[in-house]
Amino acid sequence: MNVPAPILEVDRLQVRKGGTLVLDIPSLRLEEGEILSLIGPNGAGKTTLLQALACLIKPSQGELFFKEKIVSSNHGLFQYRRKLAMVFQEPLLFDTTVFENVSSGLKIRGLKRAEIGKKVAENLERFGIPHLVHRSARKISGGEAQRVALARAFATQPEVLFLDEPFASLDPPTRESLIDDLERILRQTGTTTIFATHDRMEALRLSDRVAVMNRGRILQIGPPPEVMNQPLDEFVASFVGVETILTGRVSKKDKGSFLASVMGHEVEAVGEVELGETVVFCIRPENVTLSPSSPKGATSARNVFWGRITKIIPMGLFYKVQLDCGFPLVAYVTARSLEDLALVEGKEVAATFKATSIHVVQKKLVET
Amino acid sequence: MDLILEGILKAFYLLVTFDSEVMKITLLSLQVSGSATLISLLIGISIGTMVALAEFPGRRFVVSLINTGMGLPPVVVGLFVTIFLWRNGPLGFLGVLYTPTAMIIAQAIIATPIVMGITLAAIQALPKNLRLQILALGATRFQMVWILVKEAKLPLLAGVMAGFGGVISEVGASIMVGGNIKGYSRVLTTATVMETSRGNFDIAIALGIILLLLAYFINLILTNIQQRERPR
Repeated sequence: MNVPAPILEVDRLQVRKGGTLVLDIPSLRLEEGEILSLIGPNGAGKTTLLQALACLIKPSQGELFFKEKIVSSNHGLFQYRRKLAMVFQEPLLFDTTVFENVSSGLKIRGLKRAEIGKKVAENLERFGIPHLVHRSARKISGGEAQRVALARAFATQPEVLFLDEPFASLDPPTRESLIDDLERILRQTGTTTIFATHDRMEALRLSDRVAVMNRGRILQIGPPPEVMNQPLDEFVASFVGVETILTGRVSKKDKGSFLASVMGHEVEAVGEVELGETVVFCIRPENVTLSPSSPKGATSARNVFWGRITKIIPMGLFYKVQLDCGFPLVAYVTARSLEDLALVEGKEVAATFKATSIHVVQKKLVET
Repeated sequence: MDLILEGILKAFYLLVTFDSEVMKITLLSLQVSGSATLISLLIGISIGTMVALAEFPGRRFVVSLINTGMGLPPVVVGLFVTIFLWRNGPLGFLGVLYTPTAMIIAQAIIATPIVMGITLAAIQALPKNLRLQILALGATRFQMVWILVKEAKLPLLAGVMAGFGGVISEVGASIMVGGNIKGYSRVLTTATVMETSRGNFDIAIALGIILLLLAYFINLILTNIQQRERPR
């Protein structure tokens, strides 16, 4: 299969602010119709990357290509901006009616009245807010305002859509219903989208690819399951929800599997490593099971450790159990099993996780 | 006490009978201050917006100059406008000293920094990302500035009122460059000063009441703007 031409491509993009490098993206390609999400903590450079891609800030170095044509401040910038749309964390609505807001992009493009009316109605319908059409944008709720902002963005039928944490300031139920609608609309329209968020669940749900960012760089980019289960380093691992990250030294190796000593305990994992090499184990909390006694018929492929429960934290539908097994370990259990196993802080339990469920990060690999 | 009571009664008589002298003075006041405010809007809004949006070295200094200008003493403006328009002055060839034109120039100089300063503050008070949002909607630079000014229309209206309020009640510059010539360059404030010094309290009070009414209406509009609810 041929690799389709990218709709958006950057080459050695760098942004400096006051002399410091705040964004450094050697290369990035975006295919037509793709939904890419950028996740990372505050200050990771997600917003800067979005604004640089939308040509709203001037990069200090690098080139941007839209459909294989170069875009720069003196070359096609304006035409390019009319093919994109952006939604920010704040709705940034104009002090006028909802209708005028949704039509603003179309008016800027000089469309005819009749056409504007049709497109506004269409997009209000799409986001379930036709009843707001004559209301003042200052007198609607936060969730409604963000729907208006999205309708305004979609009204111009953008070829690339940039979303900068558009749900971050909404309450959970409002956010949930808006994400539902956005997901449906994005699938319908097939709009190429780049979506910044610090909520990894939003990212996993909406995107074809996830890029994890920190300190102005993309640390890892790939399909959500890959980034979730095979984080490239400790930072990515902790950001995608790996609770237990352990460092060990390979003490014994066999065909395909090996033992590593972690704070004096032997942990079995799978992978090709060298003796004496330092490795990082990433263990997802949902892969750790707890039981009151050592499970019978434990195979060699299982790691079983006794540990004392140091803390139980309610997480809504499940509980996060922190254990001290000589090394820290975190498991998720359902409310049901918490009750069945009578788990309380201070209790000793057996924690089991498969050697195959451990994701191994080789230190030397990370450094190169 | 009789003096005041009689004065007020006479003043109302002058007002309700639309005394031609009083009406003429009021009309000229509105004309001069209205024209000056219009000129100050053109200059003040455009430069104020430019300074608000631009990044350049010495910007802080320029902003401080504008803010200082908001409190320009009218007599100082009057002094310099007189010097410039004096027969041997740099602009003396225009021959506009002691005309309503000179008063418009002086009042425009007083009102411009007020409008400019309020514009600057109003544009800067808009959300930081609003500019980027407008550009992302495909706007040209000119469209972007126009939309921003429209977004700041309420505080800008306050600027209009403050500018107009500042010049309609100003007396120093008007008397210096206009000369308070009867039927020609006499406005509400200069006439009030003169009639008071002559002891014609009835006319002075009538003129004073008109000034107060104007001030009241300006503030009424301002208050309405400020009290309008702006939930975000």
